Amino acid sequence: MKSTTQSGPTAYYRLAVLSRVVAAVAGGYALASLSTSLLAAWLPMARADAVMTATMLAFIVFTLVVIWVFAARDAWRAWGGLLLPLLVLAGLEWCRRSAS
Amino acid sequence: MREGFRQSMAWLHTWSGLLVCWVLMLVFAAGTASYFKEEITLWMTPELHAGASAPVSQQVALERAVAHLERNAAAAKRWFITLPTERSGAIRVGWVAQPKDGANGNARSRFKSEILDPATGQKQSAARQTRGGEFLYRLHFDLHYMPVVWARWIVSICALFMLVAIVSGIITHKRIFKDFFTFRPGKGQRSWLDAHNATAVLALPYHVMITYTGLVTLMFMIMPWGIQSAYKEQGESSFFAEVFPTGAGRNDKAGGPARLAPLGPIAQQAEAHWNGARLATIVVNDPGHENASVVITRQRTRTLSYLQPAMVFDGVTGAQSSIVGEGPSAVAVTRGALYGLHMAHFADAWLRALFFICGLSGCVMVASGALLWAVKTRQKQARALAQGAARSVGLRLVDALNIGVIAGLPIAFAAYFWANRLVPVDLPQRPQMEINCFFAAWAAAAVLAQLRPSMGMWRFQLSVGAAMLMGIPLLNGLTTHSHLGVTLFQGRGPWPVAGFDITVLLLGVALALVVRVLYRREKKQAKVPPAGKVAAARLTETA
Repeated sequence: MKSTTQSGPTAYYRLAVLSRVVAAVAGGYALASLSTSLLAAWLPMARADAVMTATMLAFIVFTLVVIWVFAARDAWRAWGGLLLPLLVLAGLEWCRRSAS
Repeated sequence: MREGFRQSMAWLHTWSGLLVCWVLMLVFAAGTASYFKEEITLWMTPELHAGASAPVSQQVALERAVAHLERNAAAAKRWFITLPTERSGAIRVGWVAQPKDGANGNARSRFKSEILDPATGQKQSAARQTRGGEFLYRLHFDLHYMPVVWARWIVSICALFMLVAIVSGIITHKRIFKDFFTFRPGKGQRSWLDAHNATAVLALPYHVMITYTGLVTLMFMIMPWGIQSAYKEQGESSFFAEVFPTGAGRNDKAGGPARLAPLGPIAQQAEAHWNGARLATIVVNDPGHENASVVITRQRTRTLSYLQPAMVFDGVTGAQSSIVGEGPSAVAVTRGALYGLHMAHFADAWLRALFFICGLSGCVMVASGALLWAVKTRQKQARALAQGAARSVGLRLVDALNIGVIAGLPIAFAAYFWANRLVPVDLPQRPQMEINCFFAAWAAAAVLAQLRPSMGMWRFQLSVGAAMLMGIPLLNGLTTHSHLGVTLFQGRGPWPVAGFDITVLLLGVALALVVRVLYRREKKQAKVPPAGKVAAARLTETA
């Protein structure tokens, strides 16, 4: 697909970039939050320690998600690779909440 | 994105950086200054320069602080005493007045704070009112003129972008080691890229560390979901009570009246327990009541971790009742160390100076990155510009913001220090007036830059900043008796004051050198044959 023409970026290209920005920021925060919540509950260490470890790792998760979203070959792949772990973690989180 | 992994990372680096670079510049500049916030505060209270080099023992200082509090705050719910440190000779006392409107009253408005002269135990009424370095420290994460929570979210989001920009920047960089030794001056875009690479790579560990640890200091605000999930039943406050020992020893009921045990022996007990380490703060809960307790924390210097243990004593008998936070877990120490790395309280003056230089290189990195975007975009528009077309709206905006922030911030900082010496000492609301001067000067620079974002404006604002910074030691000489002639040439100190004068002088000289380079380049361009002149002048208009 041609991303730019003589008159600048195509509308499709702009839309794809916008969708990736949304995926990176919202998806990144969502995935970081879910991983923090799950790790804080399940890491095999003292409760306060688990919370701190999980929270400190959150920013690394966020950064990796953003890198992934913009590194993927096209926006569809970016969303796919984001939604898959998001759904898995959301499912686990749902299990955790209904179990407790 | 674009074709290829590296290209898409370059795109991500460019835009995640550009979007937040102007806020980052403020955060970097104010944060860098905060390494020396005590010293800045000392410089900004010249009335204390004479006493600054005569410290008294901790014991004496403590007795005087208690005497002062008993005279002025006998009915307070809680006393805070901050003892003198190596960096600050003054004692700070604070207290929370008894709530008039019940326990839910606004604690912040009931908090009173005074600085005492350790030699006399009296309030330092002679010292001018100023927020000093504390303003710059707060500015770098609380910003100003807005609710603190908004500011911290804004700064945190910018820091997250910065983290993304750093990681994508590293990926983009194929020749990270080689570029480190490469600088090709006077080559337009290539030189800016080299400058950006050199400052970014030279202090790369520092940039990664300061961005990540900055996020760690605010992490429970931006990412509270771990606490939510693990402490769902008990609530957030029980997590914080478990992790932070400073809230220990608090009681809901004060009990009947009872005499407070003398703090001197209690402090000695704590010092002995910590093998003679100096003490940082002493909190007295419910002074003058049966349930009084005394909480003492150790001074933080020389340990990487910010987390310090606290000893709790019975405030009536003076007996030790518990120790909190001794032998913290590995994770708690890790978090404390990350926090401590950001604050750099463990570092001595020389290491802090190194951090200061790294912080400055961070400012240059952010600035050169922002300039690089403008230079590249100008090159893309070169043909249109040569035919007499105006810059695109985006380029004009970036040019203007670059001038207003990169050249405007030194003016704002200098204005803050000038105001400290020139605003009348007895003016009501004096500290706020100094702060208003900071923002008024910055606003003027930013508005002027938006009106005329040109090369001339760069030269004008950089010259003003250079002159104002270089003028500070002169102004200090005219308004105080602790100028460089006394502090440096007669060798009488106080050294922090001399260091401040020299630092602002050097920063001013650096800006002046930049202005000189800009003038020379303009002259050289004037000699270019007329055909190419228009194009060249336009090309470098803000390059």
